[in-house]
Parts: sequence; C-alpha cells; structure tokens
Amino acid sequence: MTSILAESPNLGYGPIAVLLGVVFAVGIVILLLTHYLPKATRHGPEKDAAYESGMPIVGDARQRFNVKFYLVAMMFLIFDVELILMYPWAMAFLKSRTSEPIADNAPMIFWVGVVFFIIVTVGFIYEWGKGILRYD
Amino acid sequence: MALIRAIIKHPILSGLLAVTIGGIVVLTLIVAFLDQIKWVLSDQFWFSNILSLAIFGGIMTAVAYCILLERKISAWIQDRYGPNRVGPLGLLQPLADGVKLLLKEDITPGHVDKALFVLAPFMMFVVALIGFAVVPWGGTFRWPWMDADATPLVAQVASIDIAVIYLLAVGSMGVYGVVLGGWASNNKYAFYGAMRAAAQMISYEIPLGLVVLTAVITVGYLLPVDHAMDCLRLEGAVAAQAPHAASWTMWVVFYHPVAALLMFIAALAEANRAPFDLAEAEQELIGGFHTEYSAMKWAMFFLGEYAHMITSSAFMVCLFWGGYHLPYCTWLSTDESALAMLCRIGVIGAKIAIFIGAYMVVRWSLPRFRFDQLMRLAWKSLVPMGLVILAAQVLIVYYGWPQWISIVVNLGVLVLAAIASLTNAMPISGRQQSLLIKEKAAREKEYELQHAGV
Repeated sequence: MTSILAESPNLGYGPIAVLLGVVFAVGIVILLLTHYLPKATRHGPEKDAAYESGMPIVGDARQRFNVKFYLVAMMFLIFDVELILMYPWAMAFLKSRTSEPIADNAPMIFWVGVVFFIIVTVGFIYEWGKGILRYD
Repeated sequence: MALIRAIIKHPILSGLLAVTIGGIVVLTLIVAFLDQIKWVLSDQFWFSNILSLAIFGGIMTAVAYCILLERKISAWIQDRYGPNRVGPLGLLQPLADGVKLLLKEDITPGHVDKALFVLAPFMMFVVALIGFAVVPWGGTFRWPWMDADATPLVAQVASIDIAVIYLLAVGSMGVYGVVLGGWASNNKYAFYGAMRAAAQMISYEIPLGLVVLTAVITVGYLLPVDHAMDCLRLEGAVAAQAPHAASWTMWVVFYHPVAALLMFIAALAEANRAPFDLAEAEQELIGGFHTEYSAMKWAMFFLGEYAHMITSSAFMVCLFWGGYHLPYCTWLSTDESALAMLCRIGVIGAKIAIFIGAYMVVRWSLPRFRFDQLMRLAWKSLVPMGLVILAAQVLIVYYGWPQWISIVVNLGVLVLAAIASLTNAMPISGRQQSLLIKEKAAREKEYELQHAGV
C-alpha cells in the first residue's frame, strides 16, 4: 500500500471555525438582503393568516398529535445512544485486534461488545413483538 | 460602433463580455502577483481556508445548477422541454431564479413565532454547508514551486480525527431546521410536515449509523496496522481503497454491496428526497414544513437540501466508492503534483455528480411511500439488515477471517430479506385491512338480503 496518509499536517478545527464564520455571515447577509431590499409589502388580515388551502382557520396549530411520534423519538434515543457507544467500542476493538501482537485484552473487549449488542438486539426484538414499530 | 452598441444593449452578450473581461483582469492579476501569493498558497492553514471558500462558492453554484439539472431531468423523464428560455439551453435560469427570489416579497405572517421562523432556514443553511469541510477533495500534493522534499499540502479543509462522527452529527442537525420551521409557522400543514420529517429523519439515522460503522470497521481492517486508528478520518477511508497490486480494486462497496445500498436509501431519506419526501408531500400538505415561507427564506431551505445532497454523496463516495481513486490508476492515487490533485478533485466531483444524477432519476421515477411503509422500511428491514452485516463484520475482524466473507454475508442478507418480504407480504396497512373486512361483511350482508327474498 502506498503511503497516502504519510506525514499530513494536523489541521485541527481552525479551518472549520473559519468556514462556520463565513457560512454564518453569508446566511445573515442573505436574510438581511431579503428583508431590507425595497419591496411592495402590504399586510391584511387574510394575507397574515395561516395558509390552510383557503379555508377559515379552525383553532391553533399547537395541539395534540399522535403519540406514535413520541414513541419513535424514544426508540431513536435508545438506538442512537447504542450506536454512539458502539463507535468508541469499535475503535478500541480495532486497536486491540490490529496491534502486533494482538493485545491481551482483545477477547475481553470483543465479548463486552457482544453482550452489549445482544442486549440491544433482544430489546429490539421485544419492541418489535410489542408492536411499537407498527404505524398503521 | 453599431456592433459594440448592440453587444452592450444585449443582456446576455453584455453579461458574457463583462464576465470575460473580469476573468482576464483577475487572471492577469494572479499571474502578475504570483510570487507574492506563493507563500499564502504554500501555507497549509491559508490554503485550507482558500480551498474552503472555493468549495463553498462551488457548492453554492452547483446547488443552483442542480436545481436546473433537476428540472431538465424531470422534463426529460416526463417528455417535456424543461426550462429553455433564459439563456442558451436555459443555462441562465438559476441566475434569474436567484434574482427573482431575492426581490420577491418576504412575508412574515402575523401568527408565527418570529425568532424561530427566521432561525429555521438559517439553521438549515448553516448546517448543510459546513459538512463538506472534512471531505478529502484532492489528497496530498506539492505546488510546482515547492521543494521536492517539502511537507506536502493536503487538499482538504480540515483533517480531524473524528470526521465520520462530525459528518453524522452535522447531518442529523438538519432535522432542527425542519422541525423549527414547521413549529414556528403555526400552521397545521407545516406542523404535520415537520412531525413527519422529524420521525423520518431520526428513524433513518439508525440504519445510516449502523452501515457507516460497518464501513469504518472494514476500513480499519483493510488499512495497514499502524494506520488502523485512521479509519474514522475520511482520508483514511479513502486511502484504504487505493488501487492495489493484489486486487484490481479495494473499494468497500465490493465487500459490502448491500451496505452501500442501505446507505444510499438512508441518505435519500435523510435528505427528504422522493420517494421519502412525505414532509413536503404537495398533495397532502401543500408544502409541508415550508408552507409559510417565501422569498430567500424559502430558498435557503432548498439551498440546504441540495447542499445536504452533495455532502451526503461525498460521504458515500468516500466511505464506499473509493473517494478519488480509480481502478488501475496508480498515478492518480500516488502522484503528488498539483495536476494530479486537480485530477483527483475532478474524479471525486464526477462520482458525486453521478450520485446526484441517481438521486434525481430516483425522485422522478418512484412514487412516494406511505408513512407506515416508510417506518416499516426503516425499522423492520433496514435496521435488522444493518445489524446482521455489522455483526458479521465484527466477527470477521475478531477471528481474522478473509474479508471476502462479507460479500457472502451481504448477498445472504439480501436473499433472506427477499424471502422474508415475499412470504410476509404486507401490501396494505392494518386500517385498510379492517376497512376491507368491513366492506366484505357488508357485501355478504347485501348478498344475503338480495337472496332472502327469492
């Protein structure tokens, strides 16, 4: 393999911060331009109302909605935390496996991951069986 | 004189003339002051910032032309002409659209939450446009005036060691723009669109994360031992897929074809693109979360969406499709001249363009999913498939098996999924099923009534 990763300087987060500043500035300039450019603006009760296909508005939009959306969010929370935990675990696992010779704690790291994976999978199957994943 | 006057009066020709003269002036200035700007170009920090500005401008332009391309492709698929009035082949259409959007009336309806209403498009815009910073555009190279043994520059904005997690994080921030926009609008359509978008985007984050983790572990296994920890850097992922003497190519997609497919599907859903564009389903929700937006605020949502498409395509290209490498092209992969760097940027750009084209053809070919189908696809097929592929990859690394076993696992997962979908076919929702049962009972009752009198 050719050494493409060879001695590249560590750039760090500096250029990302600069880019963030530039994007912020461009976004703010666009918002200011579109707000302050001279345009014909006329307000009225009908124009300022919410657009709901021309129907008279019934009530407010901030009302109760289906509990399914909360369930999705909870499922996401569980699984995303699992995934985020898996990334550092994968790094430790790769490090233990790819070092020469293989690190002594490699089986330990592997089995910890397997147990975690199995717990999450069993939880997933339980949720599936409970019907939380049904949306109809 | 008459000719010059005619050229100046003609809007397109005068624009072209201005652009040509401006370009000549800028080029002359660059050539004249090349010695003065050499050190700026040779310094990694300044080069990174110049590159980031150039790519920022490039992506803004590309986004404008993506919208034109999208309209052209939709026209081609639906057997129409598409935009062809503004400029030759409609090529000045994005410019006209931009000017129109900037000069349109910017309505802020009376009932909205003003701060969040302004914040939402801004957030979408910012989040979508900072993701490209960690993408390796051109590898390492040296300018012609640099010493042969000088430290090579990296044609990349930032080289951070958690680039993959950075991209995942920035990608999932996009959901804030959508939800804030829908909530602040205080409009029922916008609110439902935002709710749908939130549920969809967070659901497809799970298979995306699983598949990316699989690719990261594969890359760590393929990289040489002393670079295994570089697998969370995107340039590490790209370096692992360089053309190799032992095999004609080492792209991860050949080891994990199904995982690459899952990632494409998840990226489509993350970008809120058809067939997953329930958040802005025109027939049901008017415009979804951007119903109440107009002028440039509306355009910022679209800039964000298309920029997100470009970034996620670059992510896919780097993790699965070899980044800037091509099979057999060792010159392209290893040469450290500025020309090779430009060629590499061209290659990765071409690959991204192919993905953008695929996004557009998919959008105009497939009908929209229903919400329960969408969630079933995410949770009941993509997540189990991703889990199996991830487990197989972990086992391969732990037991030191050859990497080609993952191809067998991938195809096996695909076959199993096909069998499962054919045996457990659920083409209709439970609600429709109960309606059908009711209908059938009513029909039977009617039949009995008809025949009772005979």
